[in-house]
Amino acid sequence: MKQYVSVTAIFDEDGNLLPINIMWDDGRKFPIDKVTDVRFAASLKAGGAGIRYTCQIGGNERYLFLEDQRWFVDAKQPPKQISLKRLDN
Amino acid sequence: MKERTILHSDCNGFYASVECLHNPEIRHKPVAVAGDVDNRHGIILAKNELAKKFNIKTGEAIWQAKNKCSELVVVPPHFKLYQRFSAMAKSIYSQYSDRVENFGLDEAWIDVTGDPLKRSGVEIALEIKERIKYELGITVSIGVSFNKIFAKFGSDYKKPDAVTEITRDNFKDIVWPQPASDLLYVGRSTKKKLSSIGIYTIGDIAKTPIKILRDNLGKWGDLIYSFANGYDSSPVMQIDSYNPVKSIGNSTTTPRDLLNNEDVKAVMFVLCDSVCRRLREQGMLAKTVCINLRDTGLFSFTRQVRLREYTDITKTIQDTVMKLFVKSYDWKKPLRSVGVSLTDLVPNNIPRQIDILGNEKNNLKQEQLDKTVDWLKQRFGAYSVRNGNLLIDKELSSFNPKEEHTIHPVGYF
Repeated sequence: MKQYVSVTAIFDEDGNLLPINIMWDDGRKFPIDKVTDVRFAASLKAGGAGIRYTCQIGGNERYLFLEDQRWFVDAKQPPKQISLKRLDN
Repeated sequence: MKERTILHSDCNGFYASVECLHNPEIRHKPVAVAGDVDNRHGIILAKNELAKKFNIKTGEAIWQAKNKCSELVVVPPHFKLYQRFSAMAKSIYSQYSDRVENFGLDEAWIDVTGDPLKRSGVEIALEIKERIKYELGITVSIGVSFNKIFAKFGSDYKKPDAVTEITRDNFKDIVWPQPASDLLYVGRSTKKKLSSIGIYTIGDIAKTPIKILRDNLGKWGDLIYSFANGYDSSPVMQIDSYNPVKSIGNSTTTPRDLLNNEDVKAVMFVLCDSVCRRLREQGMLAKTVCINLRDTGLFSFTRQVRLREYTDITKTIQDTVMKLFVKSYDWKKPLRSVGVSLTDLVPNNIPRQIDILGNEKNNLKQEQLDKTVDWLKQRFGAYSVRNGNLLIDKELSSFNPKEEHTIHPVGYF
């Protein structure tokens, strides 16, 4: 299920848009520790396409999509890195 | 002239692919996008690969499609979404060339001749194909060739998610054995004429003396002869290059059958209002008014009339349309669908001959009225000011072709 979320974001002096935290509809708020990648991408899981921000949130990697004017989080996606880490362990 | 490298990219089952992307739960089912059944626009507009396997065809009625495949998922269209995806695809294409020419929402030619990074056409095509899949989540098939016609042929040749190259060395082997109707602009009636003189494949067209084609098809003969032989040299347009408008039209299938002149008047008034507003927006005047009619037996025909003067006055067009309609239709059957289009367009700043019979004062009044009503509609919406006769049957007149039908079919020329 595609779930749109509220996002606090800032425009930096170069005009780049950077998400700062995500607010779930139950009021929980998650700060985004770091954005590691920004690119156009489709989300097959949630169903949509737009600008994809790869975000570090509480030690997990999540995809946050800006679709037109709305944000959504890709349902418990991938993270390849996390599963790799588990394999390593 | 240097050999050109032209790509034609075609989004596979575009509307259906976009719908499937947004609805993961229907992705693995046969899906078709179809118009609104309640308003009787219930025909198939697009289908996905799974639905194709059931031989579901674009243009057939929903019930016909369901007969072929009872589990078919039918979803309504979301044109705004398709326009967004079309624009996203175009922005990818435009990163490879400044010559990108859209052909409808889901197809485009890209001229990548003389790539600064020295990549071949196929290399660029493969990259675009992968990027569209990754960034848009839909697939394209791309044809690569030395002219637009064979590039388009290539994109149709193998799909979905494929790249086909048609070269000077292989086109006789790949293109020529295919049926004549696979060539752009060989439609149903041309195909029929061709087969009546023993021409069945594209190769047959190419090898037939041009005089025979010309005698049978007129100037179309010259055209398809050059297409079949790979002589097409039409350029790929620059991005956003000015594309002169040749006609402006709207048509609609009405929510119920039209039974008399009053019904037709209500619908025609709305259509005229829309086309005239679009005409004025483009800053054009028109001289020829066409109506097209389709009866409940699905028989359709067109009638047209030339006005004495160029005009953009809604009332003049409305009156002309109704006069033409009354003259052309005998009401043997109720009507299912009607349309209005204006052709023979000129810019509205050309010098104009003033009417010698002195209707000029009246015309100026009407122009002023149109201007005011346009402004009101723009500001307060299409339903804010309406003709009184449209309130008699709101079911028939409550549609807004100007904003609801933003997608217009395109021609190659």
